[in-house]
Amino acid sequence: MIEQPMMAKICDIQEESPGVKTFFFKLNLNFEPGQFVMVWIPLLDEKPFTISYIQKDLVGISVLKRGVFTNAIHSKKIGDMLGIRGPYGRGFSLKPDSNSCVVGGGIGMASLATLVDRLNLVVDKRRGHVTVIQGARTAAEIIYQKRFRDMKLCTEDGTAGFRGTTVDLLKDLLKKQRFQKVYTCGPEKMLYKVVELCGEHGIECEVSLERYIKCGFGVCGQCDCSGQRVCIDGPIFNIQELSRMEDFGKITITKTGARVIH
Amino acid sequence: MSKINLSVNLCGIQLTNPTILASGILGTTKALLKRVAENGAGAVTIKSISVESREGHKNPTVITFEAGMLNAVGYSNPGVDAAAREFTNLQDVGVPVIASVIGTQKEDFVRVVDGLSAQRFSAIEIPLSCPHTPGFGLLAGQGTPQATFDITSAVRKVTKLPIFVKLSPNIPEICTIAKAAEDAGADAITAVNSMGPGMIINIESQKPILSFKAGGVTGDALRPIAVRCVYDLYKAIKIPIIGVGGISTGRHAIEMIMAGASAIGIGTGVYSRGIDVFRKVCEEISLWMQENGFDSIKSMVGAAHD
Ligand SMILES: Cc1cc2nc3c(=O)[nH]c(=O)nc-3n(C[C@H](O)[C@H](O)[C@H](O)COP(=O)(O)OP(=O)(O)OC[C@H]3O[C@@H](n4cnc5c(N)ncnc54)[C@H](O)[C@@H]3O)c2cc1C
Ligand SMILES: Cc1cc2nc3c(=O)[nH]c(=O)nc-3n(C[C@H](O)[C@H](O)[C@H](O)COP(=O)(O)O)c2cc1C
Ligand code: FES
Repeated sequence: MIEQPMMAKICDIQEESPGVKTFFFKLNLNFEPGQFVMVWIPLLDEKPFTISYIQKDLVGISVLKRGVFTNAIHSKKIGDMLGIRGPYGRGFSLKPDSNSCVVGGGIGMASLATLVDRLNLVVDKRRGHVTVIQGARTAAEIIYQKRFRDMKLCTEDGTAGFRGTTVDLLKDLLKKQRFQKVYTCGPEKMLYKVVELCGEHGIECEVSLERYIKCGFGVCGQCDCSGQRVCIDGPIFNIQELSRMEDFGKITITKTGARVIH
Repeated sequence: MSKINLSVNLCGIQLTNPTILASGILGTTKALLKRVAENGAGAVTIKSISVESREGHKNPTVITFEAGMLNAVGYSNPGVDAAAREFTNLQDVGVPVIASVIGTQKEDFVRVVDGLSAQRFSAIEIPLSCPHTPGFGLLAGQGTPQATFDITSAVRKVTKLPIFVKLSPNIPEICTIAKAAEDAGADAITAVNSMGPGMIINIESQKPILSFKAGGVTGDALRPIAVRCVYDLYKAIKIPIIGVGGISTGRHAIEMIMAGASAIGIGTGVYSRGIDVFRKVCEEISLWMQENGFDSIKSMVGAAHD
């Protein structure tokens, strides 16, 4: 394989919330849920995003406006080009015929979206069910409102769904029902708590981690989390692996290589 | 693993095998060094450290092409104080750890070596040869015999550890520079750093892909040049050579050793063959030695010379 971006033309743009837009491309990527691609804007920078839609020959990335790069993506129009390389990393491993819960916090929902699509496709309705929990600060930040069959919402300010965190809601659900597997992505503090909760209940759990990505294919060492390279050994790690990763939930590494508290 | 003994003694450092993780590949944290050691490396080198922290160039910083890799990471590193905190208790790594030290002037090299002196590094490597970071290496004129002599002498005064001077393959008079390093008290030469710089342009966007536009070329494309550099150096200097450039198989490693290398570095091979490239290369070296009647690495060093 050659690790270089291919230019892809934006063929559609969809607004998911005031801060999140999805950009669609005609691209044939051999993408597994949980993997990511590097998106390049020539002369500016290149950053990691997950594929949030796969529809026939279309793929989409959902981008939350945050800093310089994501603002630059948001200013792109239909017909503009972005560079894409990848996909990279190890995706989720599906446990189809069981009850599973997919827990997304904020833009973390984007990394779980194709997983939910896939699970809904493969889970035999008589033997399993997929519950989605999406958490946001406020109602306006909820994305993919109509996309999933069973999506429970929670907001910090109570403007949509359950008032509280995804962890509170998951705790609540666990009083009434049993999940064999939890898949999650979001702020690392949230991931840490979800993993703790799953540990207490003996539930299998897979987590999508974020670290600063440079190469994306396992050579530069930038994305280290306790000896694991998030870009190639992850970004998906299971609960057993995470239990050996001391930095999980605590330490991240900046682009200089300095350790900082998460 | 076979019974063949792959151990080498490099400037008094005992290595269980001749493979060394090259600087700038995975050497950002102690945890990753340990992981590379567990995957068979005989020694590991940390990513180069400067006095102050550096963000490096923007992405894209590393890409590949048909015959290797192109990188302009730009020496991102947390600076010497943070590095001293990161690389404590280095005995946990399980193999010797080499510190790679960079600076824009000789005083910086001294400060970094000083700053790391409390940690258990086994050697100091000083790359005077990066082709793509302003202020450092070739772009700061560090690739001349005089600068090489001055910087190496300055570092020699402040450390008793073996010093490896890392050279660029770009310079025709590589032997003159290596001799300057030897005269200044270097214990080994690491040959070579990345070559070029080169450039890869994306034709659809009509732009160079690397944000720094140009970057060092490594991997397969570099190997014949690295082998020739090591071959020439072997004749010119008495101190040992660590051969680096395009090694990803046991055959490549043996070729480099026969050119004159006492140990070999692996960088891009981590990409092409995975993080366990060190174990794979060692197994391939053993097998070849068994089949061809060699019983020590030492007996192959320089075998290609008349
Ligand atoms: C595997 C992975 C998948 C991701 N998927 C998505 C997605 O689908 N949608 C989405 O909106 N965002 C996603 N992100 C986060 C996205 O990469 C950042 O939001 C983006 O890089 C911010 O750039 P900026 O210049 O706008 O903001 P900045 O102000 O530069 O950065 C804001 C924050 O983004 C993060 N960030 C910046 N650069 C990088 C980098 N090179 N690698 C990793 N993190 C970085 C840092 O945490 C930083 O604090 C993903 C990150 C990772 C690691
Ligand atoms: C991504 C990358 C980063 C590098 N960073 C450094 C560095 O910080 N210091 C250094 O001395 N050499 C650095 N190098 C050069 C390597 O140590 C090595 O000399 C070169 O890659 C040739 O070996 P290879 O063909 O096995 O990769 C880097 C190389 C690559 C590919
Ligand atoms: S981003 Fe380079 S090793 Fe993961």
